[in-house]
Amino acid sequence: MSNEDFKPVLLSRQGKPNSHKLASYKADGGYQALAKALSMKNTEVIDVVKASGLRGRGGAGFPTGLKWTFLPKDVTGPIYLCINGDESEPGTFNNRVLIEQDPHQVLEGIVISSFATRTTTAYFYLRYEYGRCYRVLKDAIDEMYDNHLLGKNILGSGYDLDIHLHRGACAYICGEETGLIESLEGKRAWPRIKPPFPAIEGAFRRPTVVNNVETMACIPHIINKGAEWFMTMGVPKDPNNPRDAGSYGPKLYCISGHVNKPGLVELPMGITARELIDKHAGGVWKGRKAKAVVPGGISMGFMSEKELDTPLDFAGPGRVGCLGLGTAAVIVIDDHTSMVDVLYNACRFFAHESCGQCTPCREGTAWSTKILERIRQGHGKLSDIDVLLEISSSIGTIPGTTICGLADGAAWPMKTAINKFRAEFEEYIKSGRKSESKTLAGAH
Amino acid sequence: MAKVIVNDIEVDADAKDNCILAARKAGVEIPHYCWHEALSVVASCRMCLVEVGETKPDGTVVMGPKLVPGCQTPIKDGTVIRTNSDKVKTAQQMTLELLLLNHPLDCSICDQAGECYLQDYTYKYGNAASRLDEPKLQRMDKYHIGEQIALFTDRCVMCTRCVRFTREISGTAELQVTNRGSHEEIDVFPDTPCDNKLAGNVVDLCPVGALCSKDFLYKKRVWWLKSANSVCTGCSTGCSIHVDQNEDKVYRLRPRDNPLAQGHFMCDEGRFGFKYIHDERRLRKPKLTDALAVDAGTASKSAKPNGTADLNFAEPWLDVLTVTRNKIKEAIKTDARGFVAVLSPFMSVEEAYLLASYLKSLDKKVRLVLGRVPVVGSDDKYPKGSKGEAPAPDKIKFTIRSEKCPNRLGVEMILRHFEGDLVTVEQAVARADATAWYFVGGYNVGWVTDPIDRGVGKPSLLIVQDIFASPLSERADIVLASSTFAERDGTYVNHTGLAQAACGAVRCPGDARADGRILMELAERKGLYNAMTLRKEIGKAIPGLAAIAVGDLGEHGVKVTPVREPILF
Repeated sequence: MSNEDFKPVLLSRQGKPNSHKLASYKADGGYQALAKALSMKNTEVIDVVKASGLRGRGGAGFPTGLKWTFLPKDVTGPIYLCINGDESEPGTFNNRVLIEQDPHQVLEGIVISSFATRTTTAYFYLRYEYGRCYRVLKDAIDEMYDNHLLGKNILGSGYDLDIHLHRGACAYICGEETGLIESLEGKRAWPRIKPPFPAIEGAFRRPTVVNNVETMACIPHIINKGAEWFMTMGVPKDPNNPRDAGSYGPKLYCISGHVNKPGLVELPMGITARELIDKHAGGVWKGRKAKAVVPGGISMGFMSEKELDTPLDFAGPGRVGCLGLGTAAVIVIDDHTSMVDVLYNACRFFAHESCGQCTPCREGTAWSTKILERIRQGHGKLSDIDVLLEISSSIGTIPGTTICGLADGAAWPMKTAINKFRAEFEEYIKSGRKSESKTLAGAH
Repeated sequence: MAKVIVNDIEVDADAKDNCILAARKAGVEIPHYCWHEALSVVASCRMCLVEVGETKPDGTVVMGPKLVPGCQTPIKDGTVIRTNSDKVKTAQQMTLELLLLNHPLDCSICDQAGECYLQDYTYKYGNAASRLDEPKLQRMDKYHIGEQIALFTDRCVMCTRCVRFTREISGTAELQVTNRGSHEEIDVFPDTPCDNKLAGNVVDLCPVGALCSKDFLYKKRVWWLKSANSVCTGCSTGCSIHVDQNEDKVYRLRPRDNPLAQGHFMCDEGRFGFKYIHDERRLRKPKLTDALAVDAGTASKSAKPNGTADLNFAEPWLDVLTVTRNKIKEAIKTDARGFVAVLSPFMSVEEAYLLASYLKSLDKKVRLVLGRVPVVGSDDKYPKGSKGEAPAPDKIKFTIRSEKCPNRLGVEMILRHFEGDLVTVEQAVARADATAWYFVGGYNVGWVTDPIDRGVGKPSLLIVQDIFASPLSERADIVLASSTFAERDGTYVNHTGLAQAACGAVRCPGDARADGRILMELAERKGLYNAMTLRKEIGKAIPGLAAIAVGDLGEHGVKVTPVREPILF
């Protein structure tokens, strides 16, 4: 399917009047997938999702069906499904739009996924700052209870499910899988050491699956239209790389930064960054050129202008030195912006959001911010660049020095900005000038 | 068992060990802050990063691609641990540089200096200089964190050992982490200081100088302290401890790891309860009534012109013990059945044996009874639940026992051997048929109750061997100034029947003497008091205590025949 004749799937009901109401959702064929799924065996649902090649939309891109099969087979007692709605990656707002405009699509996916994973209690962990989402979701869940879509004996199938809507704890780290679980349990959101993985021991020490909101929104469509339909979209597996799971299905791209038309667009996986900016975001603003582009949330690092033809699928950004696709939140930085300022802003965010559990992340993020702050005040030294690089290569799960990936997210912007724009950093430090751009208040 | 290769040293490790423990068995130190044997694993300090690999069936070694925390990584047969590769060394240097970024480096005024893991590891594994050019974060010290604890916030490395201790061992959960990132601090909620009965342990757990004991703060540099292995005499748990002293002054007690006794910790009652050792009111010299002093004076060279003995004489004990011995023999000759010796549960096994065997050798009819066993409240079990309730029996991690003496069991075993039936001092007093009493005290608090006081009355002979004055010592014919646990060697048998050796750390104040030495001379035994030799003798003589015949009981002690079912901790 080419990008031109692609019809939005997840966003198909955007802008309709009362799109967040059950009646409107049902009128557009809502909850048929649920009825279909409930008529199947739960293992059959998992097989369909597995066959579709759906990969988690939260950032890491782990195959959803595979994740579900990690649950122990012969478990007695509850299994939990946690929906990660703690959308806090800078530049990302797809979950917000999905929840505010079409909550039932997400909730239907949750009920189907809960059925597939034999869950009878699902927790919807919603970012605290999303007040409107909270109200919309609360109403939608109430509507579902009133219409036998939740609670006991859903649609007469004998399947029971309760969804608890939980407002988050206002921290980036609450979006980390195990940090979310800790926070849900009422504790400080300090990510847990693994193993045990959540599928074995998660929320309340029970087997748990954590899935992203957008992943959930894909589920009803996969059940309705089948795995083959889902695989017509996106980028197929790389036959030369047996570890590549392919990037199938539609994806919501959040475009922000220095573009004429920021916003959310839905496209099949694998569109290039250049096409996304030029065709779907109205190009770089003020007639300028892009200097750098963040492929998927600031923690993925930067692509330079030369690399804009990279396809934004799960494998693409990795080929140009970025961490991955992340949340597909594309942030465009124009050529009038200093990368020192951009990097400072990113580092400041991570220093603020580091949970402070592991030494390398706690101190490394704060130190890099201090160094960049000094550079911005005109007191930089050329050796600072190497110190920044050393910090960035020694924090994170990839060298193995931290528990969770937050430090990787902090390291990658540093690493890519310095490697790709080193000359600019050197020139800035040698000039000894002070930064004119103000620190963004409330950037975190 | 699992074969593990640590830096090319092959070693047999327990299959349940983590890398730190396995490496320790090979004599290789893996530096760590947050990990502690008694606490849950958080793997957050990242000081223990090592390279781990496995041996494939064909004998090749495949190393993992990443560094892993040694505390969190289990071992199995064929695990290969490398702690000396460049990758590991670089990671250790980086971690230490990061930990020291905001550390004030105030070692010169820090109490922990000399026993600080930040100092030690930086010397061994760290960089000489920091590359930080910016001002350090400065944070307020918190003296309010507990009645006995002060927090020097700047020095903290956020290992959270203290937080986990209050959650997992004491169960009181006063301590917590506030703020985020590099601004994190340990703190308490307003008006809920860390004052539980185990709170002092967080000071020991703190690997750096962040949590300090107010009691010890700025009193002594730790490198001047000499440590003796001893046993806490505060209750029948019998915690293994270090007695840290300098120039005959005890500065602090610290728990000594002993899986057979209490584990890793001790309670504050015991920890801070040693002050009576240096109490001004301690008995500092033996005392005779004037009448007896005249006897002694006529018999020795220490006579004063008025005919009494001069007990300020350099060696007063010679006269006192001679008089004591004569009076005991005299009393026993008059009425052996009326001579009652009261053995305190604060006595060591050796001392109880010396006294009992001596008196019984004079006359079998002499009665031996057990001194008062102080009991306060009921056993205090930890970790507490959220409402302060006691834990389930299988969840108990620490118990402060209500029996506030160290050696009831040991003294009982001696008494049963020599006397057969066990009679307590209360029963003996109630019978009111004694004509002569030999009381041994040594209690850390007053122990002479009214019934004992009244029941003893004014017998024909009253001998008191004690550390503090009491109504009995006031009217005693002979007072023998004796010693506390810190001043003598001996064996204590705790509530589970674990016999532990305690070593004296300091000398007795004034002319007071260790109980063992008093009793050796009283019994006219040859040689000096030596606990190890005596243990061999006792082990041979008393079947129940046969286990202590080895003499050297080691750091953990040995189990003697348990009288009741052993209870863990």
